[in-house]
Amino acid sequence: MAREVISTGNELAAKAAVEAGARFFGGYPITPSSEVMHVASDLLPAVGGTAIQMEDEIAGISAAIGASAAGVKSFTATSGPGISLKAEQIGLAFIAEIPLVIVNVMRGGPSTGLPTRVSQADIGQAQYPTHGDYASITLCAGSLSECYTETVRGFNLAEKYMTPVFVLLDETIGHMHGKAVLPDLEEIEANTVNRERFDGDPADYKPYDVPMNKPAVLNPMFEGYKYHVTGLHHGAEGFPTEDAEQCEFNIERLVGKINTVHLENGGLDDLPDYEEVDLDDAEVCIIAYGSIALGAYEAVKKLRSEGIKAGLFRPIMLWPSPIKRLEELGKQFGDKIMVTELNMGQYSKEIERVIKRNDFTTLLKANGRPIAPAEMVAKVKEMM
Amino acid sequence: MAFNYDKYLRVNKMPTLWCWGCGDGVILKATIRAIEKMGWDMKDVCVVSGIGCSGRFSSYIDCNTVHTTHGRTVAYATGIKLAKPHAHVIVVAGDGDGLAIGGNHTIHGCRRNIDLNMILINNFIYGLTNSQTSPTTPRGFWTVSQKNGNIDPTFNASNLAIGAGASFVARESMIDPKKLEKILVKGFSHKGFSFIEVLSNCHINLGRKNKMASAMDNLAWIDSITMPVKKWEALEDPIEKENILPTGVLRQVEQEEYCEMYKEIQDAAQGKRPKITQDDFEKKI
Repeated sequence: MAREVISTGNELAAKAAVEAGARFFGGYPITPSSEVMHVASDLLPAVGGTAIQMEDEIAGISAAIGASAAGVKSFTATSGPGISLKAEQIGLAFIAEIPLVIVNVMRGGPSTGLPTRVSQADIGQAQYPTHGDYASITLCAGSLSECYTETVRGFNLAEKYMTPVFVLLDETIGHMHGKAVLPDLEEIEANTVNRERFDGDPADYKPYDVPMNKPAVLNPMFEGYKYHVTGLHHGAEGFPTEDAEQCEFNIERLVGKINTVHLENGGLDDLPDYEEVDLDDAEVCIIAYGSIALGAYEAVKKLRSEGIKAGLFRPIMLWPSPIKRLEELGKQFGDKIMVTELNMGQYSKEIERVIKRNDFTTLLKANGRPIAPAEMVAKVKEMM
Repeated sequence: MAFNYDKYLRVNKMPTLWCWGCGDGVILKATIRAIEKMGWDMKDVCVVSGIGCSGRFSSYIDCNTVHTTHGRTVAYATGIKLAKPHAHVIVVAGDGDGLAIGGNHTIHGCRRNIDLNMILINNFIYGLTNSQTSPTTPRGFWTVSQKNGNIDPTFNASNLAIGAGASFVARESMIDPKKLEKILVKGFSHKGFSFIEVLSNCHINLGRKNKMASAMDNLAWIDSITMPVKKWEALEDPIEKENILPTGVLRQVEQEEYCEMYKEIQDAAQGKRPKITQDDFEKKI
């Protein structure tokens, strides 16, 4: 049964994590994400889990990675400055293939920036949060309900692909208070997707002995499968190596298990990577995500009421990006595309990369204020 | 009968990457003997290490091992221990690892009094990266980053742990491996955060430029700056006292352990006990 709740985005992300099976949270206070930790510390002990406020951002994610390596689904939540601090540990989770959900409630940057104001300027950071080569999975909630569903999905993808997954909220969505319809737990496979495990003889266990584009198989600790986890390049058994062939294989596999699989399978799971509104007969396509898409829905309605056939493309999975669909949209709409986002064009650059043109229109803002539907309407009218 | 280390070692990873005569091997062996004395099943043991020469420690012991990033050992170990409180978690860090880049985590691990066993291998230098000043490098020593002599005041690691609230703090050198083994057993047996500072040699990257180019010379120097705590307490000259590091158990107190306290939080959240208030604690502030 679908459930109707009155809640906030941050609260729903924490609730979703617990219902997805998370039993460990490690974090540090930061605006505008702190409420995720507050709610986690209420909900987790009640189900036998643990929420700990650590001494700094680095410790928060380190504890969460440690708990996940031990075999417990774990998450952390923060905002831009916190991601900057956590960056090195995120790299360890990538190379050692430790599943983890990282909720980032985006605020204005760089540096301390605009702590209480909305931004979408961390999407580039989510794609490449740390040094080295890897591929990131990044989900972006565009509604209160999605703060819940995309967090659950984040856990499922993290477990399935053995990787850290970003769930991006922004200040507006994180603090928005309202009604959300939460799907049935079974419908979204909450707490049913778990990392693969090896059940054979411990003597035969090689956690990283997997084929190209497949994730590592990491058993929980303390069950007799003794193995080594390291942030160094490692071979099949997990021990450090500098062997050129092995290192090349490692990097190709880390990137391929996400990007190649996404491209070949048309997605990483069965859930939609994007939403489309009124695109079939549209003459102009607005592209927006996160809280800015809420304004874009209004803009589409307003434009249509004035006789301009507008439609909306809203990516939900930002990374890997829906390349095939973006290419089609590029062909279908030509220069009648308007990308609007709260940064200086981080997603616009991805569209430019994919459609190999830069003749589309952008409506960008990076001053901590949202983009109003009226601004979108005016911009589209300029294009027509 | 000679002690059989093979049961506890990843034999195919031998020989270690450590330099000839390095104290880390002695500490590794003492740790293994202490684990056997404790009677721990290796399936329940986790060794967490960081970056530096000590970082390789984890890869040699045949248990659940995690080689983490520089300085973050205690934080990773905190997550592991809270996730699986029955586990025996040993943290191994160097002086740069645990006192400089990871100092904050060491302090807060001590403060929380979570049941981790932290072996801080203090060789007074950044060895792996070739002789840079660490927080414990003696003043006046040559380092590659202070070729005219180190002017930085030194950290007294064990005093730091005591100040931060660790309920077991001990210091020993690896000169007497039997003594070290006993101290490790005491630390491992203690419920709460056990901070064990182990003084070790780095004749290659500390010694060569500081008139102790052999392991024996380096050990003789360590011997000259250490003294059993009882004897040290009797010293009268304050300057002499300041220049000698006391060895043995420096602090051991019974104190609430973090995982056990967190269990109370879980019980309260599940209605098995009343909410926790100030009355539950003798020490309130």
